[in-house]
Amino acid sequence: MEALLKEYLPILIFIGVAVGLTLALTIASFIVAKQKPYSEKLSAYECGFEAFDDARGQFDVRFYLVAILFIIFDLEVAFLFPWAITLGDTQLFGFWSMVIFLGILTIGFIYEWKKGALEWE
Amino acid sequence: MVVQALAFYAFAAVLISAGIMVVVSKNPVHSVLFLILCFFNAAGLFVMMGAEFLAMILVIVYVGAVAVLFLFVVMMLDVNFTELREGFARYLPIGLVIGVVLLIELIVLVSGAIPIGKASGPVAKAIAKQPSGHNTEMIGRLLYTDYFYLFQAAGMVLLVAMIGAIVLTHRRRDGVRRQSIAKQTARKSSESIRVVDVKPGEGL
Repeated sequence: MEALLKEYLPILIFIGVAVGLTLALTIASFIVAKQKPYSEKLSAYECGFEAFDDARGQFDVRFYLVAILFIIFDLEVAFLFPWAITLGDTQLFGFWSMVIFLGILTIGFIYEWKKGALEWE
Repeated sequence: MVVQALAFYAFAAVLISAGIMVVVSKNPVHSVLFLILCFFNAAGLFVMMGAEFLAMILVIVYVGAVAVLFLFVVMMLDVNFTELREGFARYLPIGLVIGVVLLIELIVLVSGAIPIGKASGPVAKAIAKQPSGHNTEMIGRLLYTDYFYLFQAAGMVLLVAMIGAIVLTHRRRDGVRRQSIAKQTARKSSESIRVVDVKPGEGL
């Protein structure tokens, strides 16, 4: 356990540096820089119009469909990683177990392909 | 050891405060962003427990995909914040009931009525038989052989999710010209072009 965590120490240091640097730069800009806001300064300067309405409008449900199909195949690939590194131990049974798993998902893949769920028009 | 303890408390503290912010923050988009922060810290805690595979899956699947899906849903709902607040009193009782049930569960777990950590179920026995190794290796040795049926059931669940998503959200749109590769390649030149012999000076 200790040895495993030692391997992660650089990442922890990186996280520390990232958080520290971000906080330092953000706070420093408040402390060092002069803050004199007035209405002209705060307006949307030369960036076109003021916003007409909320940014959060409704959009097509097809984005959602693509996202959910992505998650499913993401999970499928996630299952491949432990399988790939232990194939030497699990032998042929493990191999075919994964082939059946992939086969089941391929049925779904053919279904969505034939249904045209991947087409955008 | 000190670093380990410090990291644990930092992760746990950020995790809990981000979790509180998910519930408290007024803007749902901010809630989702705090949820992502939660996921990252939970991944940190998983790594500290030696569950590397779970940590990485948490980052890849939950942060990379599920949180994005949540953002989609939050944006697609087009919620009116004032309307949202009106329903608060109406849903308060059922929310309280669920909250109390969860609280009781937590208290039972923490009080030690159900032993945790001293696993004795079939999974624990199967793990104890394995030669020790990385978390990912241990999962790989068990999942595809000992837990064959559960693994295939996971595949079935994914299949159902895929078909369900398509059935619920996909519809054919009329008036859209799709590309049909079979039709395109089956076309012959005799059907589509005509050679016209034009005499000089006459025109068509």
